[in-house]
Amino acid sequence: MIEFHLETRSGVPTYLQLVQQVRQAVRLGILRPGDQLPTVKEVVEQLTINPNTVLRAYRELDLEGLVEGRRGVGTFVASGQPPLPPDDVKALRSSLQRWIDRARAAGLDDENLAALFADTVRPPTISRVA
Amino acid sequence: MTAALETRALGKRYGSNWALHECDLAIPEGSVTALVGPNGAGKTTLLQLAVGLIAPTTGTIEVLGHDARAEPLHVLPHVGFVAQDHPLPRRFTIAETLKLGRELNPTWDDALAERRIAELGLSRRQRVGTLSGGQQAQVALTLALAKRPKVLLLDEPVASLDPLARREFLSGVLQAVTESGITVVLSSHIIADLERICDHLIILSRGRTQLVGAIEDILAGHRLLTGPRTSPGGVARVHDVIRESHTERQTTLLVRANGHVYDADWQLHEVDLEEIVLAYLGHDGGVAETEPAAVAAR
Repeated sequence: MIEFHLETRSGVPTYLQLVQQVRQAVRLGILRPGDQLPTVKEVVEQLTINPNTVLRAYRELDLEGLVEGRRGVGTFVASGQPPLPPDDVKALRSSLQRWIDRARAAGLDDENLAALFADTVRPPTISRVA
Repeated sequence: MTAALETRALGKRYGSNWALHECDLAIPEGSVTALVGPNGAGKTTLLQLAVGLIAPTTGTIEVLGHDARAEPLHVLPHVGFVAQDHPLPRRFTIAETLKLGRELNPTWDDALAERRIAELGLSRRQRVGTLSGGQQAQVALTLALAKRPKVLLLDEPVASLDPLARREFLSGVLQAVTESGITVVLSSHIIADLERICDHLIILSRGRTQLVGAIEDILAGHRLLTGPRTSPGGVARVHDVIRESHTERQTTLLVRANGHVYDADWQLHEVDLEEIVLAYLGHDGGVAETEPAAVAAR
């Protein structure tokens, strides 16, 4: 089971925050195939959020094939969702650490560092603006 | 989309003052809608019109497809209404208050009422007047929910509550939405937190609707543009400029985008709901509705 949290200042829509937290938990092996997600009622109680938001998030995860809803029972992590191999995660983490050390040595502070990373990862926002 | 509440050219005039004017809106069934605006914007007027406490000067308002004044029996049994400051008989005990609810409402769910009172940790013998503001609000909500309403109207339910009581009250509302899929309309002048509670938004200001739509579409349809100082002319020809501000070298625009914004001169930023609401409350323009076009362009 995972516990959701919300970053209200992040600007990321609430439903998407839930989706991302499930995706990440599956990738990191915190959630494994067959594990149950919290029920809509539990999430509503815990976070005081709109149940439609939770339903929306679970529907999206279902469409992605990451989870499957079983009527009247709950929502479960689908099988065939291998987490990232722990060794690879470890290797990537250490090479990222080397990159961070280099960036710091070049004079970037944490904020610049995060901005550079986010800017590189994210596709240009201009294309998806309404 | 079936509308739980729908108005057409709705207006209410007191003397020479329009408390509500030319109001057209539809609130979808099963939604949780925030009715936002400063004091005096017309929020209470709209809710009172919905349940027929006052009569419109112009236009129509229907709840669940019926006019509350013409056909009260089609509307009132299905509507839970918690008025501002949740007035309750102060000298009544909780048991007496619940009895009142039971006697007045044919659809009363006694088990639900008793369960809620127990969950709140209240005793049936306590007098309403001795309860805290948050507890009184919860009792008022219990009365409204035990009617088993299809539509729940809440007029500034949390304005006078401390943050914890506010959270607990809203949690009670959301549990009812989860369990029975009721439609909720909630007026508030507190903007913080609305995004997590509500999925639809109506901004009222000076008796007029400034913006009506699904919060997701509203967020997708608005952008903050920053660029070198200029007049917003080019942008304003295509998009609606809700707010503009200038410094010596920079211009910042909050726009409601009609389709894509492809202008290399401007940097685009997403805006949060609070900023959008504040921009509209300071804006003099007419009605803006989130059009399907703005959604499709995402």
